[in-house]
Amino acid sequence: MSLCLQARQLSCERDDRSLFKGLDLDIRSGEIVRIEGPNGSGKTTLLKILSGQLRDYQGELFWNGVAMRDAQEQFLANLLYLGHAPGIKSGLSALENLAWYQSLSGESGSESERLDALESVGLAGFEDVPAGQLSAGQQRRIALARLTLTPRALWVLDEPFTAIDRQGVADLERQLVVHAEAGGCVLVTTHHELTASPLLRRIALG
Amino acid sequence: MHSSLQGSSHSSSDSPSGYRQATRMPAPSVTLRVHKGGLMVAVKATLMRDVTLLIRRRGEVLNPLVFFALVITLFPIAISPDPELLAVIAPGLLWVAALLAALLSLDSLFRSDYDDGSLEQLLLAPQPLAALSLAKVAVHWLLTGLPLALMAPLLGIMLALPAGSYAVLALSLALGTASLSLIGAIGAALTVGLARGGVLLSLLVLPLYIPVLIFGAGAVQAAIVGDGVSAHLAILGALLAAALMLAPWAIAASLRISING
Repeated sequence: MSLCLQARQLSCERDDRSLFKGLDLDIRSGEIVRIEGPNGSGKTTLLKILSGQLRDYQGELFWNGVAMRDAQEQFLANLLYLGHAPGIKSGLSALENLAWYQSLSGESGSESERLDALESVGLAGFEDVPAGQLSAGQQRRIALARLTLTPRALWVLDEPFTAIDRQGVADLERQLVVHAEAGGCVLVTTHHELTASPLLRRIALG
Repeated sequence: MHSSLQGSSHSSSDSPSGYRQATRMPAPSVTLRVHKGGLMVAVKATLMRDVTLLIRRRGEVLNPLVFFALVITLFPIAISPDPELLAVIAPGLLWVAALLAALLSLDSLFRSDYDDGSLEQLLLAPQPLAALSLAKVAVHWLLTGLPLALMAPLLGIMLALPAGSYAVLALSLALGTASLSLIGAIGAALTVGLARGGVLLSLLVLPLYIPVLIFGAGAVQAAIVGDGVSAHLAILGALLAAALMLAPWAIAASLRISING
């Protein structure tokens, strides 16, 4: 299996300010690509463009060689995007939140899978507590449980380490490496220093 | 590489943080998924999720109903308690008040999803956004429009609405509020990205409510004077059918615009 996300001559302007111009990207299986740059350099914008949310750009995107607008559905079926906001409903429990995410991809899944995923992010015992009563870090962990619960080839993670404690950061980093080694692909922005790895590639913006 | 990961996993499994994702080795190799539908599962889950959320925040369900009841009580106080006068204006009053109550609850339709990031996730689901947003609108109608329609006859008594028009009032409101929810959701989707979109939402949506209001209030008037109501109800049904066909696409497009902005 191999996947490949390509961008050709990607340019984006925001409020008459050019964020990046003529960007060529090739993102393939087995890579961890880290987008770097100072605040406001367009990291989140680039991730949103690459995950198909923002359509306000010049240039072309290809998913496995097919133009993005024709491959949208297949692309989304293989994408897991975690944004700035964790996307966790404070009125729902961790289990209910995960159940919705599982169903969104069209499979109802089982409760034991969700319990396992929660346990793997250290939330055993918090399954039925409304997410609003959990800390910011714990809410982020619910979102991160989706990485195990709904396996996807391409992970697009915008500042995934926010609010996560030191041990959690180390474990998540390891999880990224394991995913890339297994043939997956990780696209990440972070101000946290990632440990050097042969799989890690950096792209500097700004 | 493998052994070093195994080794480090041992030390972390004792840690209180307990985040031991990577310790489950070996990871299955990642495969590309082929998208294979499952739309009904996603729609059903979205329906269930929104119903659960609204039931847990009961205030949001009760507010429009209390607003409706309060506004209707104001009229006999301000105009006159004379039953004959009230009976004449009752159909219009009930419809306008119900319409405003439905409008009141629209702003929150996509707001909390936008704030906590689940709207982005909804957009990135490999399912047609129109269908998922239709599920959200259906829940809005079920917990706002339908209760308003059921409560209206009770308030009709207060306005001395002639007997015999209660069923038509409830039916016309049930049909009409469904169209109002669908049309209003387009406005809610367009204004969800704005910090104070509430007023703009009303300005956008109220002119579009006029046809529904005309035929809705008309149906109740017709029932009072003894004319046939089926024509009015049929037009309300036709408006709903048209809204059901067109609004989901407009809502989906508006949500994409809001997320882009």
